[in-house]
Amino acid sequence: MGAAVATHWAARARRFEVNAATREPAWVKGSLITIALAFFGLFLLLPLVTVFAEAFRKGWQVYFAALVEPDALSAIALTLLVAAIAVPLNLVFGIAAAWAIAKFDFRGKQLLTTLIDLPFSVSPVIAGLIFVLLFGAQGWFGPWLIEHDVKIIFAVPGLVLATIFVTFPFVARELIPLMEAQGREEEEAAIVLGASGWQTFWRVTLPSIKWGLLYGVILCNARAMGEFGAVSVVSGHIRGRTNTLPLQVEILYNEYNFAAAFAVASLLALLALLTLVVKSLVEWRGRQPLNVGQESQGVSA
Amino acid sequence: MSIRVQHIAKRFGPFVALDDITLDFPTGELVGLLGPSGCGKTTLLRIIAGLESADHGQVFLDEEDASTAHVRDRQVGFVFQHYALFRHMTVFDNVAFGLRVKPRGQRPAESVIRTRVYELLDLVQLAALARRYPTQLSGGQRQRIALARALAVEPRVLLLDEPFGALDAKVRKELRRWLRQLHDALHITSIFVTHDQEEALEVSDRVVLMNQGRVEQVGAPQEVYEQPASPFVYSFLGAVNLFHGRVQDHHLHVGAGRLPVGHNGFPTGAEALGFVRPHELDIETNPAETTGIAARVERVLAFGPTARVELSGVERESSHIYEVELSRERVAALNLTNGQWVRLKPARIRLFAPEPRPAGPMPLPAGSLIGLDGEGI
Repeated sequence: MGAAVATHWAARARRFEVNAATREPAWVKGSLITIALAFFGLFLLLPLVTVFAEAFRKGWQVYFAALVEPDALSAIALTLLVAAIAVPLNLVFGIAAAWAIAKFDFRGKQLLTTLIDLPFSVSPVIAGLIFVLLFGAQGWFGPWLIEHDVKIIFAVPGLVLATIFVTFPFVARELIPLMEAQGREEEEAAIVLGASGWQTFWRVTLPSIKWGLLYGVILCNARAMGEFGAVSVVSGHIRGRTNTLPLQVEILYNEYNFAAAFAVASLLALLALLTLVVKSLVEWRGRQPLNVGQESQGVSA
Repeated sequence: MSIRVQHIAKRFGPFVALDDITLDFPTGELVGLLGPSGCGKTTLLRIIAGLESADHGQVFLDEEDASTAHVRDRQVGFVFQHYALFRHMTVFDNVAFGLRVKPRGQRPAESVIRTRVYELLDLVQLAALARRYPTQLSGGQRQRIALARALAVEPRVLLLDEPFGALDAKVRKELRRWLRQLHDALHITSIFVTHDQEEALEVSDRVVLMNQGRVEQVGAPQEVYEQPASPFVYSFLGAVNLFHGRVQDHHLHVGAGRLPVGHNGFPTGAEALGFVRPHELDIETNPAETTGIAARVERVLAFGPTARVELSGVERESSHIYEVELSRERVAALNLTNGQWVRLKPARIRLFAPEPRPAGPMPLPAGSLIGLDGEGI
């Protein structure tokens, strides 16, 4: 149905364009398109091109040398590790939160919904500081942690915590409207038919949200790998130990090692492009099941 | 299997959805729960299924108190108004769902499931669509699949919540007949909720009329239609003309007009409401006639098997419109013209005491009213 509506609107939009009575004068169209394209080129396309141009300015050898340098490799590994921990956790938290908010009524639901958005509204630097204040040497739990020889701040656990905090809303935000729109009827039908809660979740709830879930995970992952502010505060910038890719870029840049900085940055840019491609694929695939039956709709009861 | 509900009450905040409902649904009957939207009929159905919990009262399934039993242990089949088919599953998988989620010990083999599903799909005459997805079906087909899915687990009772509410008139009529045939074949105790009086009267063995969380009347379709127990039932089941007046000398005096009402229990001078169905009214064109109510012909709608005449009254509310249903021959013989003054004479009238509150489209529950049989003239 969604696709049918989409084509319907596309057809209507075309009709507005073809029909002289609703068409705007050429100069209006021209200037609007020019402004839009100029903006797009200047603020989106040019920076992207610049990243790759700067990265390859000194040639392939320098580019690859910058990427296989031990500190860069460790930054890549660390970034992947942080994402590999943070994303699955937020996947579970996100589903649990969305499930609770969308399918049940309880006291404090509004508060929970607002809290989920907190990481979006708080500056990432503040987010990082929260963890320093909690787990740092001078923080609330600092003395206890030192006593038990647990390192969180300026170590990998701190990076993971900060990343989880910052990327928390992505999955839940994606799922809540979807699950609310789907309502509870299918779950009710499943339970009446004798399914247990677990069966209902795996067989009914999860399949109907899988594309939205994947979409949320992709966004969550992109942010987890690209996060700078919060991670910067808790990292301590120990080369080869607590530097993720974005932090590595900053260090290299501050050392005037532009080619290497841009080479590493190009990895993040590639990740962003890849994310966009996968995201479009998911969106397209997510619409498929609804697409299938358009031609055979006519069969009557 | 029989269903009994006892003293069921349910509130949603300040809103009373169900107010002390006690009903019996005997084995094998198809009962229609009929009432305007918001009367609590769907809530009652959901309480029986276990999807909603009652504040007070018990639900007995087969004389066994099931009030606290879990939904999945009640073995009821439930059909939702908007089908609630699993949209990511094929028709086959939808129908097979209830069998596949059974505990390992009771779960039939996949080949048995397959046979059973095709049996059910044959029953709802949609075996050819087994591999389609719900979005590829029409509304009527979806509802039949939903019914097949509910029947797959061999429920002890079948509960249908406005099953045809989302369908267009023609499909609805077809499915109505089909549901009746299906019930005659399976004889499973069924309750179906509807706000469509025609549907309820046509399909059910018995009709339960509900209004504002209370039961107004229970009876066979013909019984509730012919002998409405309250003004609410009267006006809810079909069109009705309302005459508001005072009872005196076996007549209901409505303004300057009077309608013979025969013997009735009303004391002289008591206020009363007279209910007359359109087909129970006749038109008198003789200007010398003194009984009946004066009215002016507004429109004559002479299509279909019977003709309808719309008239406006002079009494009390001049905007009041009366509706009379006559045979086409009678209309031809009367030779009515628009604007003509005639008198309306009821062949049958039923009197009710007026409600304490001003008469609205939804009168008060039966408890506060004294229903009295008016006799024919």
